[in-house]
Amino acid sequence: MRDPLQAPRWVHWMLIGLAMLVVAFLLVMPLAMVLGAAFREGVGVWFAALVEPDAVAALKLTLMTAAIVIPLNAFFGMATAWAVTRFEFRGKQALLALIDLPFAVSPVVAGLCLVLLFGREGWFAELLARYDVQVLFAPPAIVLATLFITFPFVARELIPLMEQQGAEEELAARSLGAGAWHTFRRVTLPNIKWALLYGVLLCGARAMGEFGAVSVVSGHIRGLTNTLPLHIEILYNEFHATAAFAVASLLAALALVTLVVRFWLEARHGDALARAHRRH
Amino acid sequence: MDLHLHGITKHYPGVAALDDVDLQIASGELVALLGPSGSGKTTLLRVIAGLLHPDAGTLHFGDTDATEMRLRERNVGFVFQQYALFRHMTVAENIAFGLRSRPRRHRPPRAEIAKRVEELLVLIQLPELGTRYPDQLSGGQKQRVALARALAIGPSVLLLDEPFGALDAKVRVELRRWLRRLHEQTGQTTVFVTHDQEEALELADRVVVMREGRIEQVATVEEIHRAPSSPFVFEFIGRANRLDGQVRDGRFVLDGNAGGLPVDSGDFEGAAVLMTRPHDLELVGEGEGFEARVVDFFRRADRITAELECAGQPRTLELDLDEAAPAVPRVGDRVFVRPLQASLYPDAGA
Repeated sequence: MRDPLQAPRWVHWMLIGLAMLVVAFLLVMPLAMVLGAAFREGVGVWFAALVEPDAVAALKLTLMTAAIVIPLNAFFGMATAWAVTRFEFRGKQALLALIDLPFAVSPVVAGLCLVLLFGREGWFAELLARYDVQVLFAPPAIVLATLFITFPFVARELIPLMEQQGAEEELAARSLGAGAWHTFRRVTLPNIKWALLYGVLLCGARAMGEFGAVSVVSGHIRGLTNTLPLHIEILYNEFHATAAFAVASLLAALALVTLVVRFWLEARHGDALARAHRRH
Repeated sequence: MDLHLHGITKHYPGVAALDDVDLQIASGELVALLGPSGSGKTTLLRVIAGLLHPDAGTLHFGDTDATEMRLRERNVGFVFQQYALFRHMTVAENIAFGLRSRPRRHRPPRAEIAKRVEELLVLIQLPELGTRYPDQLSGGQKQRVALARALAIGPSVLLLDEPFGALDAKVRVELRRWLRRLHEQTGQTTVFVTHDQEEALELADRVVVMREGRIEQVATVEEIHRAPSSPFVFEFIGRANRLDGQVRDGRFVLDGNAGGLPVDSGDFEGAAVLMTRPHDLELVGEGEGFEARVVDFFRRADRITAELECAGQPRTLELDLDEAAPAVPRVGDRVFVRPLQASLYPDAGA
């Protein structure tokens, strides 16, 4: 007997086939083409494009930016999630809406905001000039832009989970005599660790791939203020297609690693994430 | 340790959750805070625990003023309604948590903690389950682990929030007998919150009946049964019939009802409420007691209950019938009823 809720078999297969086709066409094929183009002129050329000084500098800047942004946003994300789920205060709804702002606003606009703040005509221009600090067209602006863009990831992962878990375990720990730090380390952190890792992963992937906001504030100085995505764009615009794809394959590899870890996390610790996900 | 609460008041926007509550609890007592939801019983428990700070009033643990003492300093064992076990820790780790969390100089050596955990596991009759995780336990087992975790710190008072609320009926009865025995064994001062009068009366030495943020009556179980202090308490601790009438010339009479009942009310005259239990109501011959009409019957496992309409009364009466009784009335019959036992209260609303 067929399940009355089950659609006819052909609909079933058609939908699966369609989904597969879309995935193949929109996701797998481009990735394969990037790899194909990267290795078109052989492994030697591919490798040369990667070890070329400007590419190395771009990779270093990208990794450095990620290394600064990830811990900061992990911390800010936890602090925000804590504040939102453990306290009642005025403006909580507004704060919740603002957390999503970086998702809602175009990255280019985010970059322009930084220009307004730190540019030659900007609000902080005088202050920065007095102490001879360069923010715009320098790594600090790149870090700030990335920080802004990737802010929501960790908070977004943690808020639904911490909401659902509630504060009772923490209160129980406190009533048993545990201090604030001990409670956080022994009770809160173990309960949120997989969601935190997941958020950090998404944050990191985006931090390394961010283009729009960084492009506005970086100044595109080769070897100094180019991140990997910017470096790829320059190579491409200058008709170094193979080199562009070679570096792109590096970014794609980073994305694949993210994907694999993400897959493992969901398979292994899905229970600690699943419910959090329904809100996305 | 004995507890002294004086003038405890807690307001939430628009409502007084606790209104000037005074309560003394002696060392070693097992006390129930009983009341309907919204009566303030849980708020009171949370104030004692330090989970809530009162707007006014003082709280003493023995001679120590605990009003301003923070949660972690109070040394209370609090058992949450949903247990709040640490889900990523084993049962043994859960129980050991309080001792392990102590600052190094007050922390017992590892072996001693392990020994204490073993003792507690035996005490809660789960000696084999130390390595399990909370989600591998049944509700009743979780409850007992939460209790052991709270007891591990040697609390000055054990506080239980609706301890059996999340359990099914059979486990509930077993567990409360067990808790009663445990209390006799340990002599731990214990306060628990419940909305179930049966639970409160079976388990507690003394019962605190609460209503709308105030204490309605504090008494031993026997006293509460014998002399409920108000119609509210009378109704709350069991099935009850209420008759609104007058005391006139030493008789309790109802408007629009020919009968009456001689009462011993001293000098009191005027509007009064007579409360009686369905099993204390008996059928009598015409001309005695109060007149009523049978409107319905309910059959329960162990009895038949007749629902009676009493002229001039807003509420119907319930009367438990003996199934073996010779003459069982039928729906529509006119009957006369008289309480064998009743409590008379001046009508505060009049």
